[in-house]
Amino acid sequence: MRDATRMLWSPAHVQGADAEEAGGVAAFPSTRQRVADGARFCGLFEASRDEASRVEGSPVEGSPLEGSPVEGSREAGAAALLSVVSTKGALLVEELRLDVRKAQSYESLTPAIPAAGWYERRLRDLFGIEPLGHPRLDPLAFPVPAGSAAPRGEGGDPTLPMTPDLTPLPAHVQGEGVFTLPYGPVRSGVFEAVEVLIETSGEDIAHLRTRIFYKHRGIEARFCGLDVADGALLAERVEGVASVAHAVAFSQAIEQIGGIIVPFEAQLVRVVHAELERVANHLDTMVRHTEAAGQAVAYAVLSHHKERVQRLRARLCGSRFGRGVVVPGGVTRPLRLRPSEVLAAVTPLERQIGEDIRRLMDTPSFVDRLRKTGVLAQGDARRFAVVGPVGRASGQPEDVRSSRPYGAYQRLGQRIVEAHDEGDALARQRVRIAEIAGAFHLVRQAVDLLDELGEPQSWRVGVPSVTGRSIGWAEAPHGELLYLVEAAQGRLVQVTQRSASFHNLAAYPAAFPKDIFTDVAFIEASFGLSMAGAAG
Amino acid sequence: MPWIPRGLRHGIVTSGYPRRPDGYGPGFFGHVEVASVRSDAPGMPVRSDATEALAAAAAECPTGAITLDGGVVRLDRGRCILCGRCVALAPSTFRADPGFETSGLGRAALVVPATDDDETALAEARTRLAARVRGLRRSIHVRHVDAGSDGAEEWEVAALTNPVYDVQRLGVFFTASPKHADVLLVTGVGTAGMEAPLRQTYDLMPEPKVVVAAGVDAASGGMVHEGYAARGGVGGLVPVDVYVPGSPPSPFGILHGILAAVGILGSRRHVGAEAPKDAAAAP
Repeated sequence: MRDATRMLWSPAHVQGADAEEAGGVAAFPSTRQRVADGARFCGLFEASRDEASRVEGSPVEGSPLEGSPVEGSREAGAAALLSVVSTKGALLVEELRLDVRKAQSYESLTPAIPAAGWYERRLRDLFGIEPLGHPRLDPLAFPVPAGSAAPRGEGGDPTLPMTPDLTPLPAHVQGEGVFTLPYGPVRSGVFEAVEVLIETSGEDIAHLRTRIFYKHRGIEARFCGLDVADGALLAERVEGVASVAHAVAFSQAIEQIGGIIVPFEAQLVRVVHAELERVANHLDTMVRHTEAAGQAVAYAVLSHHKERVQRLRARLCGSRFGRGVVVPGGVTRPLRLRPSEVLAAVTPLERQIGEDIRRLMDTPSFVDRLRKTGVLAQGDARRFAVVGPVGRASGQPEDVRSSRPYGAYQRLGQRIVEAHDEGDALARQRVRIAEIAGAFHLVRQAVDLLDELGEPQSWRVGVPSVTGRSIGWAEAPHGELLYLVEAAQGRLVQVTQRSASFHNLAAYPAAFPKDIFTDVAFIEASFGLSMAGAAG
Repeated sequence: MPWIPRGLRHGIVTSGYPRRPDGYGPGFFGHVEVASVRSDAPGMPVRSDATEALAAAAAECPTGAITLDGGVVRLDRGRCILCGRCVALAPSTFRADPGFETSGLGRAALVVPATDDDETALAEARTRLAARVRGLRRSIHVRHVDAGSDGAEEWEVAALTNPVYDVQRLGVFFTASPKHADVLLVTGVGTAGMEAPLRQTYDLMPEPKVVVAAGVDAASGGMVHEGYAARGGVGGLVPVDVYVPGSPPSPFGILHGILAAVGILGSRRHVGAEAPKDAAAAP
């Protein structure tokens, strides 16, 4: 089997090019071609201006990367962009270098690849890099006030406090009687801060936009200069409800750079924590559905189950969110319960959750609120390359646990969740129900194997002073999570995280046009997005 | 009506806290306890860690929560993210304990062990707060605002309405309108974008009002700290009365903070003795 996890994007780039040399040729030609040929667009990111993380050497054997190295052709301090696409179980990276002496701009990818729209807006806000020909460049990640430099770009200083420009956005839909209803960022209830702008003529939703910058913490800038162990602690706090997935994806990037082999037992412990995290997150979306539907008993029953899962997680590691366990090189501690104790806790939990969810899905007044609500058509899901349970409910089956298996997933039997094609909130609910069962199945396998293998020599191997760049990934509860990591002498030079929530939010408005106000709570819950991960 | 017998099947799962102690403690890493230099503190071991071990614990702390001042080791729980490194490096000084009653009146109250000056200031602050919230003891309405959390805090705040914590039994309700709110419960590092909305929410609340900041992010910014978009906690954005440590704080911890803020419970520096002190909490 080809080991796709040995992927380094330096020094072998897939067809890197200088913006100035590329005159006449559209930026990112091979990305455009691959996406046209059916590859999935995974994102557009900044690369570090620092050359320290670049290492000499030839492409790693078996690397999915092709093309000739362009080492040394980039001037120090020049900005570069990286586009990432996924095809046939591998990630392909294309680099575009920008000349700092000229205007920092390139030809926008968005007209050809709609999924790139949010990435280009984010890069413009944070790094001041202009995508020429972008159809709608509203501020997204951080509305930089007029006359100020982008906080992380040329002339910007990410340590100086900035105040965002709070000017309202112009309306998208024009017409008689159409008005914009702003909702948030202080929501009615216990929710993460986000502003939703609903353009409407009364009841029907004509257009909907989300503004995520309220929560933007600039957390990625905080990675610079940390050592890799502190980096894992920060990664856990990027998206608190998916702490384990973030720590795993970040740690795997470091382990790829350092060529570190994590003890198999430690990989199994990671699986147990990650899969319980998935169960908790999927239960959370169902709790929010029942709350929106006014199903008081179902709400009480399911929120009790979610609390039991959180308490089980605390019994396994001391943290209700699985924090402080996953570190580069392995895990800090084994499971605190014996395998038989884990099974004794998991078995009744799984059975009771299953029974209560079946009861819920037999309740017509609940199911009717989800059916045909918030339909994300398959065409839209494909155009926006939607990932995770939302994608699987709209005909996009990819799950990176099986398409690019990492860690212990390479050796555990997985129940593949069938993709649905209805694309409504009910299909998303059904995908999550199947994933809960699959997650418990993986937990039982991992625990059985841990029982068989016994205590390993070590749960954690030492991490040398790593230098290099790589991409780590994981299937978080929300979908594919990517970490682009550059390190030099054991210090982080640049880290960019791409949560599934950021990626999927771009497709969110496409699920609304046939719906009315009262559906908003269901659509929001069924997308199950984490605003902290999306806002960064 | 199939749901009603379904609900009854699970029996009563609701905690008796604060009337009765809650046994949810073993296995839960609630806070780090610091051995006093004086060995007269009950239950605390006599410190025997080498100076080098203490220096290493302070240096390795990812948020700089540990200070060494002569022989006195102090831990700022408003910075501590419960990573457990200090417990591993200097185990006779730092101990991972269960127990969630760690909220403190004012930012300085999160630094342990306290000085005598702190104790005096705390007593005064408690008297002032108690006088202010005298009218708030029957039913409390809470307005939650996320000012840049990582999302975990929202789960723990929302958990308060599940049948285990069931805060309605204590007369605590979440409200949509700040004009009905007595308590402002803030989570997150205090982002640039939430500065104005948070302030507006606070200004719209009627007097008397109290502010509870939940989590180390809200106390100090935690791992995120400060930058172009993060303000290093919410203390500079609204006048915070009670801080709840934890990354994230547990639902019981948040509840303790809310009850302490409105004078139903005294906000203590040290953890109540009711939580079982099992060694199982050690990381």
